[in-house]
Amino acid sequence: PSYFIFFSFQQRIEIHKLRQGDNLILGFSIGGGIDQDPTQNPFSEDKTDKGIYVTRVTEGGPAEVAGLQIGDKIMQVNGWDMTMVTHDQARKRLTKRNEEVVRLLVTRQSLQKAVQQSMMS
Amino acid sequence: MSAAMDTESTYSGYSHYSGHSKKAHRQGRDRHKSPRSKDGSRSEKSVTIQTPPAEPLLGNDASRAEEGQDDNWGETTTAITGTSEHSISQEDIARISKDLEDSVGLDCKRYLGLTVAAVLGLLVFLTPIAFILLPQILWRDDLEPCGTVCEGLFISVAFKLLILLIGTWALFFRQPKADIPRVFVFRALLLVLIFLFVFSYWLFYGVRILDSKDTNYQGIVQYAVSLVDALLFIHYLAIVLLELRQLQPMFAVKVVRSTDGESRYYSLGHLSIQRAALVVLENYYKDFTVYNPALLTASKSRAAKHMAGLKVYNVDGPGNNASGQSRAMIAAAARRRDSSHNELYYEEADHERRVKKRRARLVVAVEEAFTHIKRLQAEEQQKAPGEMMDPREAAQAIFPSMARALQKYLRTTRQQQYHSMESILQHLSFCITNNMTPKAFLERYLNPGPTLQYDRDRWFSKQWTLVSEEAVTSGLQDGIVFVLKCLDFSLVVNVKKIPFIKLSEEFIDPKSHKFVLRLQSETSV
Repeated sequence: PSYFIFFSFQQRIEIHKLRQGDNLILGFSIGGGIDQDPTQNPFSEDKTDKGIYVTRVTEGGPAEVAGLQIGDKIMQVNGWDMTMVTHDQARKRLTKRNEEVVRLLVTRQSLQKAVQQSMMS
Repeated sequence: MSAAMDTESTYSGYSHYSGHSKKAHRQGRDRHKSPRSKDGSRSEKSVTIQTPPAEPLLGNDASRAEEGQDDNWGETTTAITGTSEHSISQEDIARISKDLEDSVGLDCKRYLGLTVAAVLGLLVFLTPIAFILLPQILWRDDLEPCGTVCEGLFISVAFKLLILLIGTWALFFRQPKADIPRVFVFRALLLVLIFLFVFSYWLFYGVRILDSKDTNYQGIVQYAVSLVDALLFIHYLAIVLLELRQLQPMFAVKVVRSTDGESRYYSLGHLSIQRAALVVLENYYKDFTVYNPALLTASKSRAAKHMAGLKVYNVDGPGNNASGQSRAMIAAAARRRDSSHNELYYEEADHERRVKKRRARLVVAVEEAFTHIKRLQAEEQQKAPGEMMDPREAAQAIFPSMARALQKYLRTTRQQQYHSMESILQHLSFCITNNMTPKAFLERYLNPGPTLQYDRDRWFSKQWTLVSEEAVTSGLQDGIVFVLKCLDFSLVVNVKKIPFIKLSEEFIDPKSHKFVLRLQSETSV
């Protein structure tokens, strides 16, 4: 029997930044922040959630390689909390020039995937 | 196409007398535009086109059409021309008899009122002067000398009388614009008031001053001054009662014409029913489109067809149950599945299309006709004296090129009765004189205008009767309905009170307008 279990689980993702010219890129886009409009976030379950969400993941980029998926909510970046930051603060924390590796704590919501994974494991 | 139309219009002017050939030519022209051999001789763009014959092109066509010869009339009005002719003659007789019997009676009443008011006014005006002069004439020697005080009072009396005269002239000396059925209540009240007032003053004067030969001349002059002051106040009362009271709008009045449902709303103040009727009629002549009996025939023929063809047979035996029979007929007619709505729809669509086509042809013809005329400037006028025309001649020169299109358009919209060739030529020369564009010239013909625009004998509405359940001198109230009838149609007037408006205020601090941005930006990292 396959049940639709709807729960979220956390995952730790380590992304190695890619150097492109003068910039270090991660290969995804973020949306959200405490200064943004939470009702327009298509990925959040609770429309008052002002957290940082992954809105796009570039194909073949470092984020996709590391396992980041679209719709993930970023809870921490290298230990820094990302649940109550502005959009610009989040961007700054992800794009620090002297960091080559960022370790993200993300929350993901899954339906069937959770069932399949629990059944397979 | 315009060249063919130009030559055709002049050609038709000359072939006017032969009706049959004209009919045949019209059929030929409408179906296929066959080129004629005569085209070469007439140049369509020159100014020296020969003027049409003296007989009115449009007028005769209209009368010929009523005889049933014209194709365009045949399909729509064969059933109606008979009855309309009869009804017109009956209405004419009714109108003539009404004119005869009414003119004598009403004129007497009107002039009686005017003369009474004029005599009273003159009397009132001369009274203070009489008060001042009579002691001087009758017992001059006994009077106390009065010096500067009296002279000052004389000046004030003179000026106040002058102001009263000017005020009365401004307010009351107007041409009566209407005959109303009942006497004008406020005016009558004011006249009675003035009469009583002056009468009592004369009474007092006669008893206390003339009989006893009072010698205090200053007192007499002051008495006269008080009379003039009181007259000025009565004049103020007259202004308030007659003019100012009805200015503030209290009622919204809906006027609906019974024949075609055209309706308008007007705002009125506190007026009596007859005065409200006057206001409505004054506005009728300029706001409502002219009453055109030719437009009503279509719905009557449709209604006749709907009930026709049903006969009631009484199967159960004798007994004339008329109401039962008619009810049965109505029920059967309603149940009958007839396609008259289809007919109406297609007929209206067809008519729309025809009108639009003819209108387009007319606009093009007129625009082209206007390009033939050029206004001569002052210096050019000396250079070419040979070909100069005054507006009337210029109008006659370009009229033939648009006559046919205009005539057809007027016939399609059933307006041909309202415009004679003479009136069209006059309007054309008027437009040429005033530098109007073709569109301005056509404005009068494209849509029916208010009644005032047309000739008086086309109005169908000159004698009005006020039909009302309330007394016509009582004031307007909410829910009153009265009817203004003339011979051919009536205007139903419904009075509604303007609602009591409760207005409250809300203060908004200009500094309280604050806004916040709702963003959802996406940044790639």
